[in-house]
Amino acid sequence: MANGILVYIEHVDGKINRASLEAVRAAQLIAGQTGQEISAVVLGQGIGDIANEIAGKKLNSVYTVENDWLKTYTADGVTHALRQVIEQTQPALVLLTHTYEVRDFAPKLAASMNRVLVGDCISFRIENGKAVFTRQVFQGKLAADVVPVGDTPHFVSFQIGSYRGDESEAGQASVSALTVNLDADLVRQQPEERFKEAKAAVDLSQAPLIVSVGRGIKEQKNIEIVKQLAEAFGAELAASRPICDNEWLPMDRQIGSSGQTVAPKLYMAIGISGAIQHLVGMKGARTIVAINKDPEAPIFEIADYGIVGDLFEIVPALTAEAKK
Amino acid sequence: MKIIVCLKQVPKNDSILRINDQGNWIQDRDLTYEINESDAYGLEAALQLKEKQGGEVIALSLGPARVQSVIKEALARGADRGIHLEDPAFDKLDAYGIAAVISAAAKAEGFDLLLTGLQSDDYGFAQTGVIAAELLGLPHATIVMDVQPGDGSLRVKRELENGYFQWVSMPAPAVLTIQSGINTLRYATLKGIMGAKKKEIKKLDVTALGIDKAALAPRMEFLRVYVPQKSKQTQFIEGSPAEIAASLMEKLRNEARVF
Ligand SMILES: Cc1cc2nc3c(=O)[nH]c(=O)nc-3n(C[C@H](O)[C@H](O)[C@H](O)COP(=O)(O)OP(=O)(O)OC[C@H]3O[C@@H](n4cnc5c(N)ncnc54)[C@H](O)[C@@H]3O)c2cc1C
Repeated sequence: MANGILVYIEHVDGKINRASLEAVRAAQLIAGQTGQEISAVVLGQGIGDIANEIAGKKLNSVYTVENDWLKTYTADGVTHALRQVIEQTQPALVLLTHTYEVRDFAPKLAASMNRVLVGDCISFRIENGKAVFTRQVFQGKLAADVVPVGDTPHFVSFQIGSYRGDESEAGQASVSALTVNLDADLVRQQPEERFKEAKAAVDLSQAPLIVSVGRGIKEQKNIEIVKQLAEAFGAELAASRPICDNEWLPMDRQIGSSGQTVAPKLYMAIGISGAIQHLVGMKGARTIVAINKDPEAPIFEIADYGIVGDLFEIVPALTAEAKK
Repeated sequence: MKIIVCLKQVPKNDSILRINDQGNWIQDRDLTYEINESDAYGLEAALQLKEKQGGEVIALSLGPARVQSVIKEALARGADRGIHLEDPAFDKLDAYGIAAVISAAAKAEGFDLLLTGLQSDDYGFAQTGVIAAELLGLPHATIVMDVQPGDGSLRVKRELENGYFQWVSMPAPAVLTIQSGINTLRYATLKGIMGAKKKEIKKLDVTALGIDKAALAPRMEFLRVYVPQKSKQTQFIEGSPAEIAASLMEKLRNEARVF
């Protein structure tokens, strides 16, 4: 009989991806209500230290899998290894944090077991003994309560930041090694070294004031009005991803999960909807102002000051006021 | 190189979304639609590969009759043929179901490369391409920024977290999910729009695809869709633009003390 929660621990360059601890925390909270046992799994090569670190969390057991084919991450390698671990340990729920790596393999893993990943959830609650998960749809404009259907194991991932990894409870778990079978036929991807592009010419991480523009600006030429506001404030100009995708502003002005992370005194979001990938890059700002014509825009969820209105009217008025 | 590119039609980005009567999805009425953002970049990547390598680009879309406009748009931009997957049984499928239908169609067609966008702007599952790869028994890569086709193989650049990238090689055929912004989108020309009228769009339903209904059974269910509750106390500033500007500047100076 399948039972218990299995948490996937991700790591790179010998270090745990801190986001994985959020899944540990989520598992502890779920288990707190359901009484399930929790185990964690670490795959790789030379992973003893990582396993020991995780074993310091309040878990029942930590499984390690050492295998040459898991030296560097591949979607095929992790999928096959994790499936064999699941078959050996029979969890009812496999919990992951919705990182880039998890996005890359977890849908395949679930599908290989004739399941679907309930992905990118932001919270859970227990209803009649069963977990119901909440996930965002329409880029955070709406929320949906969803449940996995069919036999266990179920596969669920939580959006980064949904739970506090630093609040995961400490404990002492036993560590045991499992073995899996992998070979060249199974692992088809050949990864090269990870690298960073040439260093960004603009470092926004230390900027005290940032004025940021999103797709609400509609056309490249309109960016001028936001530039004028930034100048009047003495602020740096930044943008959401679509603005940089369109090459209306250079890549090194992009804020978010695939751009820069900033924590200014003031972040002014102009015509930016507030998708999670943008929010993770700026939610550390001390004061957030949002200007958006849509009162339901998710950006207002984290804004200190909100202005519902047409940016083409508000922004020039603000520039004039700032110049006074 | 024969490339199938999957295009999803989604409500336009600035649509006003209303919850349906059952409370489990949005109302379809009064919506206007567009090509899902990352899928449009997938289409452009396919067209550019064809221009370099020769071959064929097939635009595939799953959905009701209205999604033909997405296929026609792709044909006008330069795709050679279309495949439209339509059946009442395809309504409201989860990511597994969608991938099962797409992979059945792709398998019947045959291809060297199957492209999808990395996630849709409505459901946001971010899974279709990856599940299709599993069901087709093919290798895949996600969040792809660049594609270099080789002899029976591919080398692709993946976006990773924290500003990292990574090149990954794999044998072809393969499935790739494309990230937005990897190229510059083209517009359809008048000539393209005229030419598109002569291009074939093949329609396939559940019977034609020979799909086992069990593959389409839900593996996850939407119980309820709603406007999320705001937890933060946002101070909304109202008035004329000049009043708003004066009030905000005052608050930024004296309340938030950012200047
Ligand atoms: C793997 C991955 C990584 C990503 N990385 C990033 C990242 O690093 N950074 C990032 O920003 N995004 C990133 N994204 C994209 C992200 O999901 C969103 O698509 C993007 O942030 C949306 O940008 P936006 O808010 O400018 O545009 P939209 O979502 O289109 O929002 C435009 C807003 O403008 C408002 N508006 C329109 N007209 C007006 C007007 N006249 N006046 C006032 N308001 C108006 C609208 O109401 C809307 O809220 C990533 C996505 C993925 C999948």
